[in-house]
Amino acid sequence: MTIEKIQEEIVDEFSMFDDWMQRYEYMIELGKSLPLIDEQYKTDDNIIKGCQSKVWVHAELDNDKLVFTADSDAIITKGIIAILIRVFSNQKPQDIIDANTDFIDEIGLKEHLSPTRANGLVSMVKQLKLYAIAYQTQLN
Amino acid sequence: MIHTALDIETIRKDFPILNRQVNGKPLVYLDNAATSQTPQQVIDVIVDYYQNYNANIHRGVHSLSQEATDAYEAARIKIQNHYNIAKTHEVILTSGTTHSINLVANGFTSFIKEGDEILVSAMEHHSNIVPWQMLCERTGGVLKVIPMNQNGELVMEEYHKLLSEKTKLVFCNHVSNALGTINPIEEIIEASHKVGAAVLVDGAQAAPHIKADMQALDVDFYTISAHKVCGPTGVGMLYGKEEWLNKLPPYQGGGEMIAEVTFEKTTYADLPHKFEAGTPNICGGIAFGAALDYMNSIGFEAIAQYEEELLDYATKQLLAIEGLKIYGTAKNKTSVISFNIEGIHPYDIGTILDKLGIAVRTGHHCAQPIMDFYKIPGTVRASFSFYNTKEEVDVLVEGVKRAINMLL
Repeated sequence: MTIEKIQEEIVDEFSMFDDWMQRYEYMIELGKSLPLIDEQYKTDDNIIKGCQSKVWVHAELDNDKLVFTADSDAIITKGIIAILIRVFSNQKPQDIIDANTDFIDEIGLKEHLSPTRANGLVSMVKQLKLYAIAYQTQLN
Repeated sequence: MIHTALDIETIRKDFPILNRQVNGKPLVYLDNAATSQTPQQVIDVIVDYYQNYNANIHRGVHSLSQEATDAYEAARIKIQNHYNIAKTHEVILTSGTTHSINLVANGFTSFIKEGDEILVSAMEHHSNIVPWQMLCERTGGVLKVIPMNQNGELVMEEYHKLLSEKTKLVFCNHVSNALGTINPIEEIIEASHKVGAAVLVDGAQAAPHIKADMQALDVDFYTISAHKVCGPTGVGMLYGKEEWLNKLPPYQGGGEMIAEVTFEKTTYADLPHKFEAGTPNICGGIAFGAALDYMNSIGFEAIAQYEEELLDYATKQLLAIEGLKIYGTAKNKTSVISFNIEGIHPYDIGTILDKLGIAVRTGHHCAQPIMDFYKIPGTVRASFSFYNTKEEVDVLVEGVKRAINMLL
């Protein structure tokens, strides 16, 4: 599925929720189900800076696609990463680089987009894209 | 039931912001240790300044400049009186506590020799750690730490052992921002003076709760930020004993701080202007004075008594929640509660509370060494002011319970 299609799917899912509580409960659920990162990758090098909670992201190439695994010590943050991983994992690096992230606004998580926001959603997206750029260079 | 001589409902009407809603819920503002809210009386002073006498101070011959200068200098005297400072020129107006500390740390560069020791308490804010580390890097001074115990109290026996002829400076906050502990600064000051060391007390967190008496304390330097006492951000005080302020070199060069300038040599202005280079935060300084007037009109004794009742009530209610642990259980503490819920990250609690209109701080509170001490990533911190109510404590407690239900 393309990044755009997955984003549409997520927007559809979130549109069913009436209020913030349902949205957050869903995110918390997503966070709890996030496949954990392999312990060996939970290193300081893989920590995303700018988050109040710790976030580890690991990327590796599977043929021509980039696979992300991640973890966080905060559950809501984990939920946000779970959404990002669903969108960006198993995609071609160039597609990740080109993708826009307007869907975050559409699912009512705009407040997490502010650069001052402590969970550093912006840092996470930036980090995923940086991985994509690095692997794209490798593929070239 | 909370007993107080204060009419909290009337006091709350002074604060327009307390009427607003956040995320569709009435605001419950419990982040007072980060910044206090501003009463209409102070907002009016700010508006009046810009509407009627906005001008640069100390240099104009015109009437507006005179009025602004008079108001600014009147504020300095209000600050002097509030802190029982002997001389008006011992009040240096700065941009806040961080600026004040850096001014002193920078000034001490030429007084610290290699091997000299600087003591700092284990519960400092980063702003009272980093400037001293930088000073040590510049001078070869050695930074030593006064340890704390599990309750979040300084281990005074260790402090006394650390003091020696090598000790040149001691830094300690009056009240810990992360834990609320009131430190025994009287004992700290007295003991350090015996070995000839100077003391800087960071009074930022004490300011809204304790009216400190500079002459009685005999402290060498004391710093506060106006925004902790219902004043605006970007302005604060450095109190320094005259003899120290005369010894310290100027921090920044510029206008206002000079007596005479030629390209060969500049002579510096007298205190306090020597440390007040450039156009200051004039409106902020005037509003700082108004904020102290406001706080004094309510009365620090009544404030402290009421906040203690709020603290006791909130502590009891929160401790009744299963899995909740409070960090900072000193006998002497201000109305600050730092806590965590077992198995839940403080950030998650803070996020859900925000959705419920409750403002708390989460994270390491710019005091990472304290978090390392307790081996935790951070805490949720609720800090209460005199305009908070028992009902708001109840909203917090219900909010925490709701967050736990969602998160666990």
